[in-house]
Amino acid sequence: MSKRKLPTQKGLSRRAFLKTTGAAVSAGVVSGAAAELLNAQSTAKNKVAGPGEVPITLRVNGETHNLNVEPRVTLLDALRDRLDLTGAKKVCDRGTCGTCTVLVDGKAAYACSMLAIDAQGREILTIEGLAPEGELHPISAAFVENDAQQCGFCTPGFVMACKAYLDRNPNPTEAQAKKALGGNLCRCGTYIGVRAAVLDAAARMKGGR
Amino acid sequence: MRAYLPQFELITPTALEDALKLLAREPGQWEPFAGGTDLMVLLEAGKLAHQRFLNIWRLKELHGMEETRENVTLGALTTYTEVQKHETLQREFPLLCRAAAVTGSVATQNRGTLGGNIANASPAADSPPALLVYDAELELLSARGARWVRYAQFHKGYKQMDLAPDELIARIRLPRRANVAPGFSPASWGWHEYYSKVGTRSAQAISKVCFAGAAQMANGRIADIRIALGSVAPTVVRCAKTEEFLRAEEKLTPAAVQKAQEILAGEIAPIDDFRSTARYRRRVAQNLLGEFLGSAVR
Ligand SMILES: Cc1cc2nc3c(=O)[nH]c(=O)nc-3n(C[C@H](O)[C@H](O)[C@H](O)COP(=O)(O)OP(=O)(O)OC[C@H]3O[C@@H](n4cnc5c(N)ncnc54)[C@H](O)[C@@H]3O)c2cc1C
Ligand code: FES
Ligand code: FES
Repeated sequence: MSKRKLPTQKGLSRRAFLKTTGAAVSAGVVSGAAAELLNAQSTAKNKVAGPGEVPITLRVNGETHNLNVEPRVTLLDALRDRLDLTGAKKVCDRGTCGTCTVLVDGKAAYACSMLAIDAQGREILTIEGLAPEGELHPISAAFVENDAQQCGFCTPGFVMACKAYLDRNPNPTEAQAKKALGGNLCRCGTYIGVRAAVLDAAARMKGGR
Repeated sequence: MRAYLPQFELITPTALEDALKLLAREPGQWEPFAGGTDLMVLLEAGKLAHQRFLNIWRLKELHGMEETRENVTLGALTTYTEVQKHETLQREFPLLCRAAAVTGSVATQNRGTLGGNIANASPAADSPPALLVYDAELELLSARGARWVRYAQFHKGYKQMDLAPDELIARIRLPRRANVAPGFSPASWGWHEYYSKVGTRSAQAISKVCFAGAAQMANGRIADIRIALGSVAPTVVRCAKTEEFLRAEEKLTPAAVQKAQEILAGEIAPIDDFRSTARYRRRVAQNLLGEFLGSAVR
């Protein structure tokens, strides 16, 4: 099979970068053995983080937070334990139930399945940032009025998944709403109310927000 | 509750050459970390073998898609969400889009990557049967250079791959099935495509059986056919003997379909596990073949 060029990035062909690998290694703040690996000539690009705490910056609900976390800390733990944003819940802690759903750059993401350190440079939206203090976002209002919760533990996750979906698909059918929220589980079995709430919220959000 | 968590190091290079150099210096020490949807499950279960992770998400060369007359080439970091949105893939490689749409949930599709699905090497993964049907090729990259391998030859056994410890999967190449005219779709050349994932529910379920098939029909005859399955053997499998038999058949009679189903049973080796039984999987695989062939002649 023929060898082909990499998609060139700033004109760097594979051949070119293979030639330069010996010379142009850049390394930044490094620790442990990795420091020796990425020897010298620092341009602060490659940070080996950990195993100890590292300073990170997160953008959450429009605010900038500086904190120190170990690289193994998930975004969910950082939000809940460090930033006191406990709206995103921890249930399965492994990407199965959706209670921890937040928006990352406008897309639904499981906060339990993303490292906090890897969430840097992205806009994170949690349920706390959905509407100004004391107000209900139309999606939350639709959940209330359609009896879309019983214990309510799953609700923040559903609301955020719903927000991510409606932002891109303002006119869903019930079947589409069902599929869009397939990654969120409710032990109280409020799915019928949730589906009604999604359609209601879509209607409420027409023309704004 | 979270199990014991080993401490770990994470490096996030932005230059491909740096990532490859690190892998070359300490091969096997640094585990690539893509979308993390498989790795985070292991992390949270306290089952991660590695303690050092090479975050490849910022490597631009591993993102993006490229089209030429002959191929569509996808970066290994292409997410399921990106796959589903891509117009050329929708038109020419619909099975891959179908697979992406039934993988996990929306949140998993936003983060999970094709490269991760391949390298995780689960026999129950959902995109590999589609990749097998489309004769995909993989570009493997290391500081030593690049090589292309046929995906059909990539999985060597359960969780065994033709992937050296210093290599990354860089790109996935899908050969286009005919000279591409604008607006070309394989359907207009008689291609009929079929994908079915059988699991306990439609979201977040791991397949009990996953079937991908494409048949090119000409005057009620099979001119070409490709069949691949997941969850029925230690690796995903392309069923060459079944294909060969069907290509040689004059007409798809009920007897021919039955014979094909028997041959298929010989090409797979399902097991009993907590998700299903070998017997069920074999039977369902045969039924899906029947459904595929039935829908192709209709
Ligand atoms: C709730 C849930 C549901 C899921 N449902 C499905 C499903 O329905 N069907 C399905 O098939 N899968 C499913 N998965 C599994 C997973 O989402 C996919 O396998 C996904 O494609 C993995 O990609 P990733 O980028 O997240 O991989 P990661 O977790 O980052 O990596 C997985 C493995 O691949 C290696 N790797 C990743 N990229 C590369 C590369 N470019 N080169 C070399 N090695 C690499 C990593 O080192 C690691 O060993 C599910 C997972 C979860 C958590
Ligand atoms: S806690 Fe994140 S998906 Fe369950
Ligand atoms: S309302 Fe109780 S889990 Fe959903």
